[in-house]
This record gives sequence, C-alpha cells and structure tokens, in this order.
Amino acid sequence: MKLGFNILLGGGLTALVIVGGLLAPWLAPFDPVLDANLMNAELPPDSTFWFGTDSQGRDVYSRILYGAQISLTVGIVSQIINTLIGVALGISAGYWGGWWDDLVNGLTNVMLAIPSLIFALAVMAVLGPGLISLLIALGLTNWSWTCRIARSSTLSLKSQGYVQAAQTLGYGDIRIMMTQILPNIMGPILVMATLGMGAAVLAEAALSFLGLGIQPPYPSWGSMLTDARELIRLAPWAAIFPGLAIFLSVLGFNLLGDGLRDSLDPHMRTRKA
Amino acid sequence: MTEPLLDVRNLDLVLSRRGGNVPILQDISFQIMPGETYGLVGESGSGKSVTSLAIMGLLKKPLKVSGGQVVFQGQDLLKLRPRRMRDLRGDRVAMIFQEPMTALNPLSTVGRQIAEMYVLHQGKSWREARRLAIDALDSVKVPNPERRVGNYPHQMSGGLRQRVVIAMALACDPDLLIADEPTTALDVTVQAEVLRLIKELCAARGTAVLFISHDLGVIASICQRVGVMYAGCLVEENDTVALFSNPRHAYTRGLMGALPRLGSRLTHGRQRLVDIDSVIADRSVLTKTRFITPRGAANGESA
Amino acid sequence: MLQFTIRRILQVIPTILVVALLIFVIFSVVPGSFAASLFSDGRTTANPEMIAQLNRELGLDLPLPQRFLNYVMDLAHLDLGTSFRTRQPVLQLINDRMWASLQLAVAAMIFAVVIGVPLGFTAAMRPGSILDSVTMIGAVSGLSMPQFWLGLLLMYLFALQLGWLPSFGYGDGSLRNLILPAITLGVTPLALLARTTRAGVLDVMNADFIRTAHAKGMSESKVVRWHVARNALVLVVTTVGLQFGSMIGQAVVIEKLFAWPGIGSLLVDSVAIRDIPVVQGTILVIVLWFLLINTAVDLIYAAIDPRIKQR
Repeated sequence: MKLGFNILLGGGLTALVIVGGLLAPWLAPFDPVLDANLMNAELPPDSTFWFGTDSQGRDVYSRILYGAQISLTVGIVSQIINTLIGVALGISAGYWGGWWDDLVNGLTNVMLAIPSLIFALAVMAVLGPGLISLLIALGLTNWSWTCRIARSSTLSLKSQGYVQAAQTLGYGDIRIMMTQILPNIMGPILVMATLGMGAAVLAEAALSFLGLGIQPPYPSWGSMLTDARELIRLAPWAAIFPGLAIFLSVLGFNLLGDGLRDSLDPHMRTRKA
Repeated sequence: MTEPLLDVRNLDLVLSRRGGNVPILQDISFQIMPGETYGLVGESGSGKSVTSLAIMGLLKKPLKVSGGQVVFQGQDLLKLRPRRMRDLRGDRVAMIFQEPMTALNPLSTVGRQIAEMYVLHQGKSWREARRLAIDALDSVKVPNPERRVGNYPHQMSGGLRQRVVIAMALACDPDLLIADEPTTALDVTVQAEVLRLIKELCAARGTAVLFISHDLGVIASICQRVGVMYAGCLVEENDTVALFSNPRHAYTRGLMGALPRLGSRLTHGRQRLVDIDSVIADRSVLTKTRFITPRGAANGESA
Repeated sequence: MLQFTIRRILQVIPTILVVALLIFVIFSVVPGSFAASLFSDGRTTANPEMIAQLNRELGLDLPLPQRFLNYVMDLAHLDLGTSFRTRQPVLQLINDRMWASLQLAVAAMIFAVVIGVPLGFTAAMRPGSILDSVTMIGAVSGLSMPQFWLGLLLMYLFALQLGWLPSFGYGDGSLRNLILPAITLGVTPLALLARTTRAGVLDVMNADFIRTAHAKGMSESKVVRWHVARNALVLVVTTVGLQFGSMIGQAVVIEKLFAWPGIGSLLVDSVAIRDIPVVQGTILVIVLWFLLINTAVDLIYAAIDPRIKQR
C-alpha cells in the first residue's frame, strides 16, 4: 500500500538523520571544527575523506554528521515550542470562545500575514545570531496553522456528547481540555508537527546560509553551504553533500508527515460504493 | 404484446479485485414497457443504484458487468460503442440522482446546466438553448423562470434544485427516465410535490420511469409494477397492488413489517414495529427463493 | 461585487496596523541600542555623550508609546523613516529595490503555474499512472528541496560549467539574468501547485455533479472543459495567492544567493548591520504586498465562485 511506503521511507530517512546525529562522535572519523588543515583543503572525495574536504581542509562527512545534531535540535525544539503555543492558544480559544477567541484569531491572522521566514529573520535581527536565537525565532513563527487546526477541532468536539458529559460532571475547564479534547486532536497536531520539523530544518539552513543563524566554525548544513558557495567551481562536493543532507532529512519529515496524514484522514480511505 | 422499452436480461455485475470477483448483482431480469412506471425497492446496499448505473453505462472502475444484456429499444446497450452510448445518454435515457445539493455544479448557473442538454443533443446555440431552458424551468413549475435561469444552485432550495434536475433530465424528452431516490433528500411536504411533478410530466409525455427507492410508500404511490431487490438479487416482482396486498417473499414481508402504520402502537402486541432481522433468521436462504409474477397474472396465481 | 471589493480592501488596514505594532514592539526590545552598536567596533566602548546625541537625533530618547504614535503618523504620510546607516529615506531605498523583487517573484510564479498546473492536471486525469507517480514524487522532492542549494547547483551547472547563463547579478535587467533565480524560486510553488491541482481535480472528478454531467451524455473532454477545469481553478488560485507570501520570504535567500538587487537582499543586509528603520520598513512593505495579493486572490475567487459573495 502506498501510505505504508510513505511512512516507511520517511521514517527510514528520519531514523538515519537521528542515528547519524546521535552517534556522530563515534561515527565521524574527524573532528568537525578542530581538524582543519589547509594542507588538505579542497580534496575531492576519497577513501579518507568520504565526501571530500572544504576550504579549510575539514572533513565534509564528519561535519555533516555533527550538522545533523543542529538540524535535529532546531527541528525538534522549535516544533515543541510551536506545538505548545499553537495547541494552548487553539484549544483555549475554541473552548472558551468570546473575546479570547477573537484575540487569538486576530493574532493568528496577523501571523499568517507575515511570511514565516521574514518573521524569523526579524526575530533573529533582534536576538542576534546563534542556536538559542534560532530556537526562539523558529519556535515563534510556525504555530498559526497548528492553532487553527486545534481551534476548529475543539469547536467541533465541544458539542460532542462526552465533552458535555464531562461538563455536567463538574470537571474543570482545564481538565476537560487536557483529558477530553487534547487526546482527540493529537493526530492532526502530530502531522503538523512532523511537517513543521521539515520546514524548521529548511528555515534553519536558510538563515544559517544567510549568516544569521549558526555561526562558523560550527557545522550547520546551511552555513557549510555558505562556505561552499565561494569555492563551488573548485570543490563542488562541499556544496553537494550538505545540500543533499538537508534535502533528504526534510524529505524524510515530509514523507512521514504525509504518510501519517493519509493514515489518519478518513477522507483518504476507500469509500464504499 | 408490445415490445418492452427496456429489457434487462440476466444481468450479472461484479466488483473485480485482484484476488477475484465479488458478485454484486446476480441474474437480474426485468422489463419496462413504454410509458410504464416500474419501481425497484430494497434496502440500501441491495444493488438498486448499481443496477441503474449499469443501465446508464456509468459504472466506475472496480465495478463491471460480467454477464447478461440490457436491451433498450431493441439494441443491447452493453455492446454499444461508447460514442453511441453517449449520444443516447441524456437524450433517450435520462437520470435523476438522489442529492439535489450535489448533483448540480455549484459554480455554474442552473440555466447553463439545463442549456447544456440542448447544445449537446440538439445542436442548438447557447442563446437558443437558454431560451429553451427557461421553458424547461417553466414546465417543472419553477416560479419566475426568466429570473431563476441565472441563479446558482446555492441560491435555490432543495425542492427547487430537484426541479431543475428534473427539467434537465426531461429536456430532450427521453423515452426512459431513471429516478434514483429522487425525493429521499427532501422534506416530506416537498417530497410529495416533486413526486407528483414527476408523475404528471412523465404521464403527459409518455415517458417510462424506472423509479428506485427504499421507501415503499413512495413506490406504492407512483409505480405500476414493483421489483424487490435483496442482496443483489431481484427476489420478488409483481403488480403494485398485488405485491402490497399479498407479499410472498419473506424479505418483502419483512420490509412491510418495518413500516410504521398510523395508529399502531409501537411497542405492543402483534402490531409492533419489527426490524427485518427479527423476521428473517437466515439471510442466505433469502436470495435463493424468488417470486416473480408475470405481467397480468396478478394476485399470485403462478410463481 | 463593488461593496465586497471595498470591504476586502478595507480589511487590510487593521491587519497592517497590527503588523506595524508587532514589528515595532519586537524592535523596541533590541538589547543594546543601535547607537551603541554603531559607535563600538568591539575594541573601544562608545562615548556615552555621542550615543545620547545620536539617540536624540533619531528620536530614540522618547517614551515608547510616543515613538509608536510618531511612527504611525509618519506611516500615514507614507514616511517609513530614514536609514540609520545611509541617512536616506527608507521608502526611497525600498522603491529602488522593489521592482526587481517583483519582477523576480512574478517570473517565478509564472514558471510555477505554467508547468505545475498542467502537470497536476494531467496527473489527475490518469491517477496511478507512471506520469502520476513521477509527478507526485517530484512534487514532494520539490517541497523538500532547500531552494538555495538547488540555485547553487543550477548556477554551477548552467553558469559556471556550461556558461549558458550569467551566474549572478541583475545585469541590464534582461531575461538572461532572470532565468536562473526565477527557476530556483519557482520550484517550491511549482511542486505545491502540481500537488494541489492534482488533489483539486481528483476531488472535483469524484463530485456528484460530474456524474450528472456524464449522465447528460457529455464526452470526457467536454466534462473536463465545462465542469472540472473551472472548479479546480478555485483551488489553484488560492494556492497561488498563499504561495506568493512564502515566496516573498524565500526570495530573501534567493536574492542573496544570486546577488539580485531586490528588497530581500536589502532586508538581509539591513538585518546584518541592524539598520532597524530599513528592516521595519522592508518587512512592512513585504507584508503589505502579501496582503494586497491575497485580497486580489479573494476577489478573483469571488468572481469564480458565486457562493463567496454571500458570506
């Protein structure tokens, strides 16, 4: 079945990135920062340097493995922040309604009006470059869709029997939101978070590429491409492999997200004739 | 005796899968005379709608006809070239679907959607077709047809929309109209009006009707002859009056038992409203018994 | 329709005001004033008097609400302030750069629509076919591709190796300079358009009114022309509008990569030197563009779909 294929390939690629990142200290033959040696600069891939070396003679393969740590951290942490914000605002807005709902709705609309990369850029401009800034910037930019989905699902769940039953039993609002509503909207939220991870990895790469994210010499895939850009004529491998790493990991998250959505969405199931 | 307009002979239909075919319809045979109104009744999933789609040649992929003939005006529709079938569809055999809400394109005016019929089948210009569409709306008693012709479906009530669908179906004066649960989605009061409209229009034009419904009351009020379908088989067929006065198949009796009757108490004694399963113990036996009464031999003298 | 149009256009104003406030607030919490960062080069700390002097000049010594009020008043007069760095009016800086950006965005969108929509359409006509599978795999790949990497590879191949096209810059504004950046920027919307078009067409094809159309005796090609195309168009138009927004965001990176003199590269350069008025102004203009495009899309949408106007 096709949906199984998406989850399988997506999960496989994601697992590859996770394993690569976690085991980087053991898998990487060289240190990503310290093993710079201008004698080895711009060497094409060979048996020592599998993916070649960059302008300072560092091993591209080792740097990609360590880069996975940064991409994963950014992807996971920023999505946790996004999901927390989006779910908290969305559920409470949908459940309580009234002025709070209007406020959240307005805020969501404003956030959707600002292209997310532009917003992240603005936050980076304020906070300055670095990993923490990246986590905050990307954690604050992408919650609007999650919020919308959480809100609309909450609205439809609110009128369901078991939620009303819980209200009749005198459960507190927060308790109802946590125990009756949250578990029932986990599916779409999970899909959004998975797809969001791909988007966050892409955004991190773009910001680092622009020199506003992770600063050299630390091996972010994006900043590796900044370096590689200058010498692409001499050492194209230094550009090809980090980009491929970004591409495959984002592809992994996207396929996983699509696969999850397909298996959760009743719309996709074969309808009876 | 006159030739039947539609003669369905031993129609078999399957859902083809990689593992093998799943039978959907088995050995369906019935005839509709010119101008006659024939009812097909049965619970949902019994194969009524699929039968109508098979006649129209509108079956979608996993479904396919595996045997039998559908003879319409002397030619087997199943053997017809797609092009010829297309010309026939809408022109000689027209269809009304259940959902007036979704059967019309929401982004197109109703006038345009009716006009398409005249452009397609009678080669009229759009301008001319639009005028004919106004007449068609008038004939199905849509008030203010000149104004309504420019309406979009969402600007109309369900009843009006179904009238539009009827106007569309009858636009080219077909010889056979297939009405698949045309009133099920409507309010009860509107239901009666629409039903009367179909009855009147078809009587006036001599159009034969294949009327499909799960509602015995509706069937009784409009059809001359009724076929009862169960699990892909035609299990009983008779003239309407005979069928209702003397249902012979256990399933038919079950269907009738499930009808609420005015004045009966729902929970007491013999007049309890029964569900079909409580009447029928073993469903698999049902498809093996058949009670087909030939035309004219009413009141079940032969089986 | 006119009333609807006016209402939609008026709805842009509160949004843009809130965005202005949001941006203003964000940049008011900048740790360390701009003046301080301007005078310190890392080795020496700035003279406090000079900082105070500059702050006064730039109006940064006033209380926050007062500053925001001034800011909005200036906005109403189409005054976006002056650049800290060049002392030029921000509006002029933006105006100098905006048209190149627009040119790039429009070219990229045309590329995406012209290829993506027919691709999605043909794929939907034959679901499960090889073309369909290839399109879908291509689409998810396109969506996962870091655009600037693709741009880098295209640059390497077509400019540096083959020498067919210039590798970067605006040149004399000819099409040759536009091709590579436009294709690079267009890949993501292309992939998304192919995907949504396919999904939209498939959705329409399964609708009841398509069955009605077949029952009317319509040929397949007429069904597609009379009923499928128009209905699927609604989704395409929406996607194009939404994609414009994220494309403006992506353009920032692509402009930087190809040294394209647009507002995107202006924004990045200004962020790097913390030229806050320019950053604020650029973001505001980008958001305004995005909102205007979305409004236009809503209007087109309303023209196609008669149900919208009633809401």
